[in-house]
Amino acid sequence: MILSRAFWQPHRIVMALVVLAIVLWCALSLRWDWVPKYAPMAALGLWRTIWILALSILFGLLLAIPLGLAQAVGPWFLAWPARAFCTVIRGTPLLLQLWLLYYGLGSLFPQIPWIRQSDLWPILRQAWPYGLLALTLSFAGYEGEVMRGAFKGVPKGQLEAAKAMGMPRLTTLRRIWLPQALHRVLPTLGGETVLQLKATPLVATITVVDIYAVASRVRQDTFLTYEPLLLLAVIYMAITAVIVLIFRWFENRRPAKVA
Amino acid sequence: MKKLAFGLIAGLLMSGAAMAETVKVGIAAEPYPPFASPDASGKWTGWEVEMIGAVCKAAALDCEVVPVAWDGIIPALTSGQIDAIMASMSITEERMKTIDFSNKYYNTPTVIVGPKGVEMAATPEGLAGKILGVQVSTIHEAYAQKHFAATAGEIKVYQTQDEANQDLVAGRIDATQADSIALDAFLATPEGAACCESKGAVADDTDVLGLGVGVGLRKGEEALKEKFNAGIAKVLEDGTYEAISKPYFASSIYGG
Repeated sequence: MILSRAFWQPHRIVMALVVLAIVLWCALSLRWDWVPKYAPMAALGLWRTIWILALSILFGLLLAIPLGLAQAVGPWFLAWPARAFCTVIRGTPLLLQLWLLYYGLGSLFPQIPWIRQSDLWPILRQAWPYGLLALTLSFAGYEGEVMRGAFKGVPKGQLEAAKAMGMPRLTTLRRIWLPQALHRVLPTLGGETVLQLKATPLVATITVVDIYAVASRVRQDTFLTYEPLLLLAVIYMAITAVIVLIFRWFENRRPAKVA
Repeated sequence: MKKLAFGLIAGLLMSGAAMAETVKVGIAAEPYPPFASPDASGKWTGWEVEMIGAVCKAAALDCEVVPVAWDGIIPALTSGQIDAIMASMSITEERMKTIDFSNKYYNTPTVIVGPKGVEMAATPEGLAGKILGVQVSTIHEAYAQKHFAATAGEIKVYQTQDEANQDLVAGRIDATQADSIALDAFLATPEGAACCESKGAVADDTDVLGLGVGVGLRKGEEALKEKFNAGIAKVLEDGTYEAISKPYFASSIYGG
């Protein structure tokens, strides 16, 4: 699209020139000499941001499917706790959940001697498991609600047809219900993933050194404000672009075949 | 004490009436007892807050205490939101590139605190394999990175010393390094007393640990710097410094 001649209308040329001028100004008149020193730390931080995001979305989604199913069609003793979980998670700030897990739960563990002596302690004393857990639960809470709507939104006729054909209930879920529900939520899921990306910097408050934490380190060490924050903004925008592209590919891969 | 407080208030009021220009003195907005911490009503108290009052009075300056987040305190000074920093900020070469300092008003040793019953020393060998917690952008972080990074298991950087202390109690770090007075205050709390003890002072390194704590000022403000220097000299000389320190510290913290 960008390469086509029709794209380059006069107003787009002007906008491109303005962007180019801003980038040039940033490159030439701001201080960037700190970049080589912090590059290895930033690479590690970026990697940490990405795997925390990816794992929290994967585990969160795996939790969200039963949460959505329980709320949509489950018996009351499953539906009620699932609804309560989603309400609590969506009704409280993520920062609060994170601190409750890290400073609350995390400082109860060392008071129990057998936990402190167990092989799990070297992992439990680190900060990232609490960050990953909080982000996973949060994502599960939001997506559980989304999945509830998606499961309910699949046309009844599809499920009735499957039943009429004598398809077992689990097979119906696996072959008919879940794929259609997932396809329905893909656009929403893409947006929520971008939101989740922007929730990850919170883990910096519990000493996990993600890309945001590296930027604050630079800020605190060099007393520069604009340079590290601008670079951080560009990095988050690049990750967002990648997420959007991945979800677009997923959406195009399988055309919606709703009979 | 009452008389002193009355004198301070009267002095501040009088100098306030006499001088139009207010000097905004920034303190770190995070509690750092016994130097500065908010009391139950949110009013900032502590040795350093009293010292700000005394030095300003001695220098005939009309001062206003402004809490600023520690990680943004130098930008706040250079951008003019505040006019001076009195937040236990050590005078270092690195900071001198950006800001200027008055003469020191205190200088205390740096110590390592760890759990009771764990073999540990304030040397690179004594901390081998240990996880050490320090506060970000402090001389202690710089010192730990320079002297302990090679042998320690990990150096964990915290936004505030309180969080490092909390994680020491929780067993997430094996030791923390900070100012002796700040850590003595932590060891005096029930949690600190139950878990931890001082493992001794680290070897001196003036390149990193600096030349004591001074008033941070914008570069080129020589007149204000002279006034602060004169104020510090005066409180040291007339016994105000000792009178303020006595309730807080067992021995003088002015240092050699």
